[in-house]
Amino acid sequence: MIPTSLIGTDRVKRGMAEMQKGGVIMDVINAEQAKIAEAAGAVAVMALERVPSDIRAAGGVARMADPHIMEEVMGAVTIPVMAKARIGHITEARILEAMGVDYIDESEVLTPADEEYHLRKNEFIVPFVCGCKDLGEAARRIGEGASMLRTKGEPGTGNIVEAVRHLRKVNGQVRKIVHMSEDELMTEAKVLGAPYDVLLQIKHAGKLPVVNFAAGGVATPADAALMMELGADGVFVGSGIFKSENPERFAKAIVEATTHFRDYKLLVEISKELGIPMKGIEISRLSAVERMQDRGW
Amino acid sequence: MVKIGVLALQGAVSEHIRSIENSGADALMVKNINDLALVDGLILPGGESTTMRKLIDRFEMLEPLRQFALNGKPMFGTCAGLILLAKELVGYDYSHIGALEATIERNFYGRQVDSFEVSLYIKGVAADFPAVFIRAPHIVNVGENVEILATYRDRIVMVRQGYLLGCSFHPELTTDQRITAYFIEMVKESLANELHV
Repeated sequence: MIPTSLIGTDRVKRGMAEMQKGGVIMDVINAEQAKIAEAAGAVAVMALERVPSDIRAAGGVARMADPHIMEEVMGAVTIPVMAKARIGHITEARILEAMGVDYIDESEVLTPADEEYHLRKNEFIVPFVCGCKDLGEAARRIGEGASMLRTKGEPGTGNIVEAVRHLRKVNGQVRKIVHMSEDELMTEAKVLGAPYDVLLQIKHAGKLPVVNFAAGGVATPADAALMMELGADGVFVGSGIFKSENPERFAKAIVEATTHFRDYKLLVEISKELGIPMKGIEISRLSAVERMQDRGW
Repeated sequence: MVKIGVLALQGAVSEHIRSIENSGADALMVKNINDLALVDGLILPGGESTTMRKLIDRFEMLEPLRQFALNGKPMFGTCAGLILLAKELVGYDYSHIGALEATIERNFYGRQVDSFEVSLYIKGVAADFPAVFIRAPHIVNVGENVEILATYRDRIVMVRQGYLLGCSFHPELTTDQRITAYFIEMVKESLANELHV
């Protein structure tokens, strides 16, 4: 008798993200960039129409990319391919699922389609990654069925300060939950706006139930290593690679720094003579409407 | 106590470490050749095999890993680790460590939406092991010295050749320690044999 197999379970969806740990996921806009990313050692690529810094520059409404870009990238590499759908855009997400992308990012980098509700992600077979700035947001996304998290940072800025803020915040709040008495959890759930059962899982496991990468501002190998030092499971690099002077070198160096994040002598070698990183933006120069991190509810 | 290493360049490292420790052996993250020299057996974890290979090359670990296998030290590859261990890869004119007499096809079972879990009979290990297949590779065929430990729908999914063990799925994603315990026994056995030589 052939045993019954199950697809789309939490274990299968979260497990896929576990396999990405210690790795770098890179934004790419075509097959050529995807091949550069794969050759540098990326664990996955995020196929987009524009990297976040160009989305910023272009203005207007940012949407799911044309499916031919995802198809081109999926045909070019053997590593997993992720793609972004707008927050709450059920149909964009279903289109990406139908195409067979490996992971969907319900992303604040795109213009939200729904300003009240996120996707009900546990209805899908394809797994989702979502952004978070604090544990309340992280737990709500897990409650909706996200199988992977990434701290938001401020995308397309090449400035690590927001990524540091969000990662410290989430991990600090996780530590607090772990050390709390169970009688205090319900009130904490109310304060955080977090589902109680997710907090209970965190308390019992001593950690988040899904992998949490850092994103939004990584521009150098040292930035990537810093995120690992602060407890990220891996890093997303958006504009930091293909907006640098030498994408091949930056891509390779960021991969190496993510693995050997505490080997400082090696980091000296890895960081040497890479060329000019992407130009950054000081966060205080961004107006309220330009802040992508505030999208998500 | 035996010391089991987990190749810690990328992938599901902490899950294997936890499983080794819960099975009563010492665990060590192996990031370079100095670490490799300290362990009695090595687990090659799930993750992305292309990424791991780039890092193996960059930090000059390929020859030491091949030597580790040649010296008869036990190695266990799960998913991407199985790809690293195999002698032949469909569609590639090269292999990685190339110690396990098997031909492997990457991403055979499809993309992530086709990933699945199923309960498996594994010879000498379990009648009902929860096996999680994620973008899994397929063991197309094996050499005569290789014993088949598990199949699923007539496809080979777990094998053993001497002190080499490999599977297409991810025992590290479950709390079931039986495969890890089986590998630890292999390591103990290899140490006992070493003493007799």
